[in-house]
Amino acid sequence: MCTTTSNTISEERHESINVVNLDDLWNQIFGFQNYGELLLLVRNSIIAGAILGVVGGLIGPFVMTRDLAFAVHGISELSFAGASAALLFGVNVVTGSIAGSLLAALIIGVLGARARERNSIIAVLMPFGLGLGILFLALYKGRSANKFGLLTGQIISVDNPQLMQLLVISIVVIVGLVLIWRPLSFSSVDPDVARAKGLPVTAISVAFMILLGLATAVSIQVVGALLVLSLLVTPAAAAMRVTSSPFLTPLLSVAFAVTSVVGGILLALGGGLPISPYVTTISFLIYLVCRVIGHRQKTRGNGGRRLRQSQPVSAACSTTVAAAPTEVRA
Amino acid sequence: MAIEPVLTLRQATLSFGERELWRNLNLDVMPGEFLAVLGPNGTGKTSLLKTILGQQKLTSGTITLLGHPVREGSRQIGYIPQQKLIEAGTPLRARDLITFGVNGNRWGLPITSRAVRQHVDSVLAAVGATDYATAPVATLSGGEQQRIRVGQSIAGSPQLLLCDEPLISLDLQHQRGVSELIDAQRKALNTAVVFVTHDVNPILGMVDRVLYLAGGRFRVGTPDEVLRSEVLSYMYNTPVEVIRSRGRIIVLGAPEGYGVHDHLEHHQRGTP
Repeated sequence: MCTTTSNTISEERHESINVVNLDDLWNQIFGFQNYGELLLLVRNSIIAGAILGVVGGLIGPFVMTRDLAFAVHGISELSFAGASAALLFGVNVVTGSIAGSLLAALIIGVLGARARERNSIIAVLMPFGLGLGILFLALYKGRSANKFGLLTGQIISVDNPQLMQLLVISIVVIVGLVLIWRPLSFSSVDPDVARAKGLPVTAISVAFMILLGLATAVSIQVVGALLVLSLLVTPAAAAMRVTSSPFLTPLLSVAFAVTSVVGGILLALGGGLPISPYVTTISFLIYLVCRVIGHRQKTRGNGGRRLRQSQPVSAACSTTVAAAPTEVRA
Repeated sequence: MAIEPVLTLRQATLSFGERELWRNLNLDVMPGEFLAVLGPNGTGKTSLLKTILGQQKLTSGTITLLGHPVREGSRQIGYIPQQKLIEAGTPLRARDLITFGVNGNRWGLPITSRAVRQHVDSVLAAVGATDYATAPVATLSGGEQQRIRVGQSIAGSPQLLLCDEPLISLDLQHQRGVSELIDAQRKALNTAVVFVTHDVNPILGMVDRVLYLAGGRFRVGTPDEVLRSEVLSYMYNTPVEVIRSRGRIIVLGAPEGYGVHDHLEHHQRGTP
């Protein structure tokens, strides 16, 4: 499944370098020979990466507000088990990975309604999934690059049928999110009030877990099971550092995620190393920058408050408005 | 034409296993009426709200909202839950939380029309929150967040406003501000208010009727009818003294200390 030119290139380079020479090391990390030709070869990967960036960027803010970062990690380990089982039994890896993800997402969604329960369920599931995955991989007699790819990323090997598969699942996730966007945000932030207003909070939560399972399964195809958080969480966490707007947050998060994945692929191209370290490093650097910017906003700005002498609006409010700490923070 | 009650309970009984919270409760809440639900902890005040919200089934009897049996939640209900501060980092501004009160039920992307935005602006003004309309909700103080919650609950122009201890963790000044807001909305929109509280004093001037739950018994009536020594002594089955002093009501001798609870605990948290 993973036999394209770039993979072969990378393996040859791995073998030729035994003694570390700084020049070679630099060239291995950032190499740009024959860049144009390579670019054509990985066109599919870049398209896939961009789509996955959109998926990760859109779902990330919900993962953060619903406090599911650890759940994403748990889902990805079971997804890894599913993918490695698929590899062993010779069925489609993406299908196996989706099966594992959905199973984990539903278990976590149904059993872990409360945060504390959820964390313990994830902590129980995660090593089990990882263990199963290792078992299947140990039994698998095929190419070792395939094995490693499931854990640390293998997007370079995306071929046309796989690209279609990723595309279709990604579109399902994006459309699903768009459809439930507003009730999902409402019930993520304020479940009690959303339920009082008649929203089917539990059904929305299950629907979200299914979308999250799908998103995790496709992300694993890019960055691998161990690094999924860098796509589904880091970009959103970075965006939420610099804005609280419900419109800007997903937009920035998507921009960060796409930059990380596509940038990671482009940088990895010449060097012959796996792409995941590039992706994770870019998304980490974006996060760092956003933290600094967010800190500056907090210390210098007014936190979105209007800095004027407040006018008492009605007699009923006048007493407390005057006492509100609006002006003090200027 | 007779005015239909917003909320009707008939022969309503709620018990958990052996423990009966209330039996044969008959209650009509009329439009524009302010009903305070009082009583010590564990007497089913919050359970009553859950019953109205359709999250708790009655053991027997019926409950109807606007003439229909209650379902799980309703757009006709505005709800102010027991105060829970919004977590830091939540990507929402104060005005977004109020907007949910108008159209949070609608599916799709959170695109708001100009009409809704203007309505939200007027709600922000009404609750005195215009100045921090675009501040991240999580950065607001407890009192400010509670104002936003009041705004959210009234933004959808509900016919019934359910308030579950909305004043808890607010200092006296904010208690007055928030309860006056609720009262002003009730008068402006003729909304019925069911207000659960353990301390009637901040809302004493606004309350039309009191539902007092204690010791498996209940009493409904005006504050003057219910909050009397002989009534509460009967309910608690022990001598209780109700003292009125400078427009405040103090209940002495009630088990679990209704009315004599320590105000300090409320003042330590949530004060801006």
